[in-house]
Amino acid sequence: MKQLLKLTAASLLVVGALGVQASTLSDVQAKGHVSCGVSKGLAGFSSADSSGTWTGVDVDVCRAVAAATLGDATKVKFVPLTAKERFTALQSGEIDMLSRNTTWTITRDASLGLNFAGVNYYDGQGFMVKSSLGVSSAMELGGAAICIQAGTTTELNLADWGKANGIDYNSVVSDTNAQTLSNYDAGRCDVLTTDASGLYSMRAGANDPSEHVVLPEIISKEPLGPVVRQGDDQWFNIVRWSLNAMITAEEIGVTSATVDMVSNNPERERLMGRSGSTHEYVGLTSDWTYQIVKQVGNYSESFERNIGINTPIGIARGVNALWSQGGILYSPPFR
Amino acid sequence: MKKLILDSLGKSKHRGLNFRDLLYNNEARAFFFQVITFVLVVGLFYTAIGNLFENIEERGINTGFSFLNNRAGFDILPFLGNIVVDYTPESSNLTVFYVGLVNTLVVAFIGIILSTLIGLLIGIARLSNNYLISKLAGGYIELFRNIPILLQILFWYNLFINVFPHPKQSLAFFDIAFLNQRGLYLPKPIPEDGFLFVALAFIIGIIAAYFVKKFFKRKHELTGSHTSTWPYTLGLVVGFPVIVYLLIGSPLQFDYAVLGKFNLKGGMAVVPEFLALTFALSVYTATYIAEAIRSGIEAVDKGQKEAAAAIGLSPIQSLKLIVLPQALRVAIPPTINQYLNLTKNSSLATVIGYPELMSTFGGTVLNQVGQAVEILAMAMLVYLVISLFISLLLNYVNKKMEIQGR
Repeated sequence: MKQLLKLTAASLLVVGALGVQASTLSDVQAKGHVSCGVSKGLAGFSSADSSGTWTGVDVDVCRAVAAATLGDATKVKFVPLTAKERFTALQSGEIDMLSRNTTWTITRDASLGLNFAGVNYYDGQGFMVKSSLGVSSAMELGGAAICIQAGTTTELNLADWGKANGIDYNSVVSDTNAQTLSNYDAGRCDVLTTDASGLYSMRAGANDPSEHVVLPEIISKEPLGPVVRQGDDQWFNIVRWSLNAMITAEEIGVTSATVDMVSNNPERERLMGRSGSTHEYVGLTSDWTYQIVKQVGNYSESFERNIGINTPIGIARGVNALWSQGGILYSPPFR
Repeated sequence: MKKLILDSLGKSKHRGLNFRDLLYNNEARAFFFQVITFVLVVGLFYTAIGNLFENIEERGINTGFSFLNNRAGFDILPFLGNIVVDYTPESSNLTVFYVGLVNTLVVAFIGIILSTLIGLLIGIARLSNNYLISKLAGGYIELFRNIPILLQILFWYNLFINVFPHPKQSLAFFDIAFLNQRGLYLPKPIPEDGFLFVALAFIIGIIAAYFVKKFFKRKHELTGSHTSTWPYTLGLVVGFPVIVYLLIGSPLQFDYAVLGKFNLKGGMAVVPEFLALTFALSVYTATYIAEAIRSGIEAVDKGQKEAAAAIGLSPIQSLKLIVLPQALRVAIPPTINQYLNLTKNSSLATVIGYPELMSTFGGTVLNQVGQAVEILAMAMLVYLVISLFISLLLNYVNKKMEIQGR
């Protein structure tokens, strides 16, 4: 009986404590790492190699935040999540931020208690088929079985697109990326649909990439970006501006190799925290942007290292080039 | 309790207000601690739920059930659920809930029937005098019982989609039914005017067969002369509707599947997700049911079998008339548990994308809406109600089968 009373009292206290919320930044600094939700493996965006090291453009955003807040880009605890699990994990506080090729939509931004901190990859939904089918346009897909991953905006886009174009299809839904891909490989479906970046990533992983064709139609806008919980504006600013720091660094032309060079460009000095006091506004040390560029690199470095034209995934910058170079990537100024 | 307090008050009349009596009274102490525990448990839940809502509100997550009326906007793998509730992406989230519910019920229903049949067969075979049969049954049980069900579901599903041919090389059965990696395609019956009479004839046939059986059973009890009833049953249940069907002029058309550009079109497609899931669940659950049946049979006294043999019953008759009715009494309670397990395990289907409750409503809708608490509570309630219903039904059967007081 005594035991029971003790236990009950203890649980009451625990339940009471759950209501109290500290700031995410002080939480992160206290525990010494950033918990970052990533995919269960999407080459080039977030995937772990055989030694358990995570790489990818989404991973680099997590690392940039760790470099900014803890001064060490390796202090990230990666939490692999399925598309279905990701929002609940963030809402419940299991992770500090989500960087998992997640599409920014008004519903997600306004009704889930979450905030999108920016866009780190402008994507769009596409289709991939086996070349042997002889299909050259998505408009020829009437009657096809289409493999798709559960819990994504892709499911909604596909239904809208099918309705708008009068195309009838069967959707074959799976829980994980891996099962979706294995369904497509086995022939359970004729078509695989997801964000075009994902299609290129999967095609690169196929035994013979030339057996698969990515169709030219892009049926949606999919701005992918990092997400944080609503209600902690300081943390929101840190994540948003860590990403912006990478983009601005590319604009100015600072790379991880040239970051230590002192120049007389005032904008560059401001970004590197050698003048001005922007770091105080976000509650970090003055070298926070320096650490991001030093340890993670600028946006272009991250892009070319993980998904660029010289990697097996081979994606051209396209719309993801800087605004000054024909793309739409644009960071508000650091001042 | 009232009496207890009155008692102690009565005593206190003589000796003044005496709490010592209450303190050392076992019943009073037990009551006191029960009240404390109750208050603590209720308090704990109250605090927890209060906290939950406070946190949800603080984080700006939507609450309430209004999302159920919103447009769903996504497609669901076409199977029975879509047909029964007429689902399109324009339907509401509540409709998705019904689609998932129907698909869950279908798996549970067919899985329970299949696993019972397989379990009964294997349970009896396990005790066979034939060495090969009993060892095979034993091997079956040990193999399927000891592999996690999730693994089995994934195995059968991936086997199915990899082993069977592409739709263009479907295995055809007289151009009526087709089997390929995308499922089993059966002809889809399309009833026309007048088919109602055939259905009516079928129902009348079943009722008539029941009375015929009752009549001959009564005759058996009165005169002792036994008559086989199966020719009558067959005639009434199958023959009668067929005659009606032919008389009205075959009011039933079939829609056969034909090869389209990518897939077979038309017909009635039984998707591989369903086949693999039902098969895996039945085969797995059957091992436990077989063991329950075996324990039931072994619990029947040996003398019963010997007595049956002594009065000249054949082994089949002895099994059917003497052993099984007694064995089932022992076997039913553990079998109920297995039915419940099967129903609950059906939620594992989300890994292969069978559109049951947890993969449609608890999966896609949850992800689009983000209201985990409401959605999961609804799903939990459904499983609870299904499970309670099954155990209610089988407890009734159990009661019927129990030994009547003699």
